[in-house]
Amino acid sequence: MQTTILEQRAEQIHRKGDAPFSISCDKESLAGAVSQRACVFCGSRVVLYPIADALHLVHGPIGCAVYTWDIRGALSSGPELHRLSFSTDLQEKDVIFGGEEKLYKALVELIDRHQPKGAFVYSTCIVGLIGDDLEAVCRKVSKEKGIPVLPVQSEGFKGNKRAGYEAACKAMFRLVGKGDTSSISPHSINILGDFNLAGETWLIREYFERMGVEVVANITGDGRVNDIKRCHGAALNVVQCSGATMDLAKMMKDKYGTPVIRVSYFGIEDMSEALYEVARFFNDPKMLERTKNLIREELAVLTPRLEKYRGALKGKRAAIYVGGAFKAFSLVKAFRLLGMKVVMVGSQTGTKEDYEELEEITDDGTIIVDDSNPLELSAFLKEKDVDIFVGGVKERPIAYKLGVAFCDHNHERKEILAGYRGMLNFAKEVHASVTSPVWRFVPRRNK
Amino acid sequence: MKIKTAPKNKFVSTTNACKLCRPMGAAIAFRGVENAVPFLHGSQGCATYMRRYIISHFNEPIDIASSSLGEKNAVFGGGPNLKLGLDNVSAKYKPSLVGVATTCLTETIGDDAPGLIKEYFRERSDKTDLPELVNVSTPSYSGTHMEGFHGAVQSIVEQLADENVAPHDAINLLPGFVSPSDIRYLKEVMADFGRAATILPDISETLDGPALREYPLIPPGGTPLKQIHAMGGAKATIEFGPTLDPNKTTGTLLEQKHGVKNHLMGLPMGINETDAFFRVLELLTGKPTPERHQAERDRLVDAYVDGHKYVSGKRAVIYGEEDLVVGLTALLAEFGIHPVLCASGGNSGRLKEAIQAVTKDILPEQPLIREGHDFYEIAALTEELKPDLLVGHSKGYPMSRKLDIPIIRLGFPIHDRLGGQRLLHLGYRGAQQIFDLIANAMIQKKQDRSSVGYSYM
Repeated sequence: MQTTILEQRAEQIHRKGDAPFSISCDKESLAGAVSQRACVFCGSRVVLYPIADALHLVHGPIGCAVYTWDIRGALSSGPELHRLSFSTDLQEKDVIFGGEEKLYKALVELIDRHQPKGAFVYSTCIVGLIGDDLEAVCRKVSKEKGIPVLPVQSEGFKGNKRAGYEAACKAMFRLVGKGDTSSISPHSINILGDFNLAGETWLIREYFERMGVEVVANITGDGRVNDIKRCHGAALNVVQCSGATMDLAKMMKDKYGTPVIRVSYFGIEDMSEALYEVARFFNDPKMLERTKNLIREELAVLTPRLEKYRGALKGKRAAIYVGGAFKAFSLVKAFRLLGMKVVMVGSQTGTKEDYEELEEITDDGTIIVDDSNPLELSAFLKEKDVDIFVGGVKERPIAYKLGVAFCDHNHERKEILAGYRGMLNFAKEVHASVTSPVWRFVPRRNK
Repeated sequence: MKIKTAPKNKFVSTTNACKLCRPMGAAIAFRGVENAVPFLHGSQGCATYMRRYIISHFNEPIDIASSSLGEKNAVFGGGPNLKLGLDNVSAKYKPSLVGVATTCLTETIGDDAPGLIKEYFRERSDKTDLPELVNVSTPSYSGTHMEGFHGAVQSIVEQLADENVAPHDAINLLPGFVSPSDIRYLKEVMADFGRAATILPDISETLDGPALREYPLIPPGGTPLKQIHAMGGAKATIEFGPTLDPNKTTGTLLEQKHGVKNHLMGLPMGINETDAFFRVLELLTGKPTPERHQAERDRLVDAYVDGHKYVSGKRAVIYGEEDLVVGLTALLAEFGIHPVLCASGGNSGRLKEAIQAVTKDILPEQPLIREGHDFYEIAALTEELKPDLLVGHSKGYPMSRKLDIPIIRLGFPIHDRLGGQRLLHLGYRGAQQIFDLIANAMIQKKQDRSSVGYSYM
């Protein structure tokens, strides 16, 4: 066990009950530790990715664009420009002589071809070094083409994924305030931090609409440039996901005074609380009544269906490793609802406050970890004799190699996990993996 | 063939590239050496993105370490982080080899990786358990993942093969980027010829391993370092790579530096190209092709005959890595398919010649050859050419869906199906599997679209 944890990382791992809570986090990944984290560019790219009518041009060598081609299952109800991978594919001579001219030509070519409503131009490591003036090129093209062309300062090495979220929010904020807000209802919100994976934003929108709330902009699931331009007309920003879009909400609060609430749409408790919070905000008894009815109706359908899974999953041990800590909170509660025990929980980019909250809601003995890696995670899975691990694509083979069940909570999933329907899907998926007969054959169960 | 589409490479921008970046190929090659860890000298994101991309194909863990450079390293140099990273990887993984590949970041800030590695050994001269280190320059702004792959293989040989090795009987086999299943096949062939072989790299177990009780620090398998050290004493080298620059390959290096005769040839795909491979093996071992391989060949001929009418004259678009495209074209052409477009994101300048060499006796008309193309261009040409099938990796799926043309998934990556690591491309056996896949796809297309829905072919 000890051999798998590098000394410099010991502070980033906490076992609840062992000692007073302390965890070190929010630091650069340790060289050679095989972090599960990505980079600044990745953070920006995932946040802006679902804006479907914008051109997303990656200014850099080919890798950054090609590894993010059609990478998220972020659905669009209309245009699908976001599913294409555009790059300036910088070559050696561009690195030597500068890439501005190539960027300009590529932008003009792609805007003429696709007629987007706006364009995001992502800076990558190399651009940060050769000093291309993205701002100037974008300004020029914007003027010539009459659409917003926004630089995203996402040089990979300038921090971690969270810095990328901020860069994305800064780019989007330049759109805000540019659209007409005259027809917007006083009972209106923006949905921030949901990415419409498998159509989740649509489901959440439908709940709000049933409550009588107008959704001005989904940021960024099934997102549109023109919606973002007028989103300052909404009465409230409802923010999911700890890091990704909070910066935008803060900027809007400062400039437009838009109040913010933080929610999660995952699991029954958090989903219901999200709807109630919005209803309470508008302080409208009729809306509150509608909300109660909605939740009652949904639960009446969901609860009996969940029973079967709860019975089968009772007492099983779960481990969680996800990007943002907010998702981890909801997962802890959701597993508990299914009668399961969470024995390990971690995130790539949690903050001190996030980890404090995790320590509060978990049981004694639970391992809490920041910015972990395959060797640590596999050691934790074994130590805790975990029945199911929930995480993303990079965590999946760790679980499978050890013969541990797995739930995909990743960017490319095809089933809704949010909302009431999502809770049922979650239970189904956990159940399908945990109770599969294939585990009878794996070495772990053949002692 | 008349094509309205303008000449190649007319666009400034790239859309949906048909290539990956250079360090990616190096990481995969390093993964094929025993007890080795691939290490990227650059920002953390590169390693993570590549791991994700590789995992989605192989469904296997792949740990790629990174020097995780931050802003101040980009200004003051990445040396300290590289050394710290090497210390940490050595402490945790106990590797015998760390393969260090650079990235666009470290190439541009001018980090001297070979110099830093020398310094590293000097500074830690008191330590006895240091791994061997190999470094390869892989700036992502030049070449593709294939240059990275071959570059890593070359660096391994250049930096590790000992001089003045006593001559021995083993054969060096440099297969290029093929599947774990392909490597297992090659091992079987060499064993059947009764000849020891150094296959470099060997990802047959490291990227297609069993379910385990313990998470392996580094999965077992890979080319043994001991064998790599002795490559200079081998009887001969067989190197697959019809679009490689023949003067600069790893096999050439072994020939020039160590006097090991090189046989540079195409991937053994289809009867003609596999015959050529077996001929060289017969020559080098002095033995005839073993019975069971001869039997596989005989059965393949029989299968070609049984199925030839279903594929005869069908028109195919083939895309992907250049060497694989050459192999696939040779294979498809020999059982009667007419490749109409052979395209790659690679840009060797040798694709046309290589395809001509394997098809000129068979094809009445040469296909259109396109290097340096992305999927925007390939899809536009395909729309115009209206082929009967597409052959290549899974990134051709959007084009297949849009144009309603069946796609035969081969090569890397296969991200939308299981079993990419188990696809067999090589030898008579691989040809058999691919032939069945393609013939059945053609039969299915006709059956699905028939108003009758018949139950016999």
